[in-house]
Amino acid sequence: TIEWCKFQLTARSLKTPGKVQKTMKLLTHNMLTSNIIKGVTKGFPLKIVAKKVEVKEVDYNAAFIIKTLSRVDWPALHQAAIEVGHGEELPDELGEDFKENDTLLKKIHNALLQVEVIDGDLVCPESGRTFPISNGIPNMLLLEHEVGN
Amino acid sequence: MASSMKMMKRKELEGHLQDVDVFEKPKVKLEQYPTTPHIAACMLHTMCSTFDDLTDKCVVDLGVGCGVLSIGATMLGARYVLGIDVDEDALDICSSNLENFEMNTVNLLVADVRHLVSPQCLHLHKKFDTVVMNPPFGTKHNQGIDVEFLKAGLLLSRHAVYSLHKTSTREHILKKASDWGVEAKVLAELRFDLANTFKFHKKTAVDIQVDFIRFSHKIAAHTL
Repeated sequence: TIEWCKFQLTARSLKTPGKVQKTMKLLTHNMLTSNIIKGVTKGFPLKIVAKKVEVKEVDYNAAFIIKTLSRVDWPALHQAAIEVGHGEELPDELGEDFKENDTLLKKIHNALLQVEVIDGDLVCPESGRTFPISNGIPNMLLLEHEVGN
Repeated sequence: MASSMKMMKRKELEGHLQDVDVFEKPKVKLEQYPTTPHIAACMLHTMCSTFDDLTDKCVVDLGVGCGVLSIGATMLGARYVLGIDVDEDALDICSSNLENFEMNTVNLLVADVRHLVSPQCLHLHKKFDTVVMNPPFGTKHNQGIDVEFLKAGLLLSRHAVYSLHKTSTREHILKKASDWGVEAKVLAELRFDLANTFKFHKKTAVDIQVDFIRFSHKIAAHTL
């Protein structure tokens, strides 16, 4: 027999008074797609409808940014940065000589890791389906009919 | 490019991880139980000191739960960690832990890991240096879920995947790895004592023998 655990909302909020701030970085956004939905093939990048955005300092490491850039979809990052109000810092195209350009790398570091979306929605460009960002955590749980093979 | 930061000793890491809050009402169906501070510290320390798979790396934690592995990975120098879990309540606890530890390089995502890895979803594939996980074992009408998590991990990772699997399934898991053309090495045998986790359990002690396994793609040495 399956033993169900009675789930109750705990008084967890008493330990940490005030809302805990959770966030979504643009590096995270760069990896999310609605192609997980059955039948969707053009679900990237997700449009960000941001209601609350903040910038939080993260230690800068040039090597990490350079390595990460080799895996980042630049147009998607640029578009996302614009959507959250930080697009003016980034060039339209990455170009070839970014590795030596520390000023640019710091701006990219800011966009990828420091800008944080706390409240908002992610919208599928193909179907319009909305994935909420609740308290900074994107929710990409699918409904039963959306699950593919 | 080696980090000049001196790596934290395992005992010190374990001490810190004891402050990670765990599930208050674990959901049986999801096989929720926390990775103990001791086991987490042993795992993470090995990943870092033996294989250099955490410092300055991009990491994903599949089935992040309360976040002990993600928090430990960050303490050992991971630059960015993504924690994925299907349970929003677990992520609430995880967020609270991240706040308490003042960590802002861990992002969380509510999703079913198995749905993130279909062929059309290339944007997560190979985006992470290292995958860490303590996946559900498949004992609650979810048989095969451990293999699904492993498959997901291997898709997301460029290099290594660290996971825990029941020792009783070792042969099965190693065969899967072989079928998929990935290297697999059992690094240690661990024992989970779940007696105090599920208070309603009829037995007084539930011991599970578990393998700590490192999987890796057969590629040339990675460049930093």
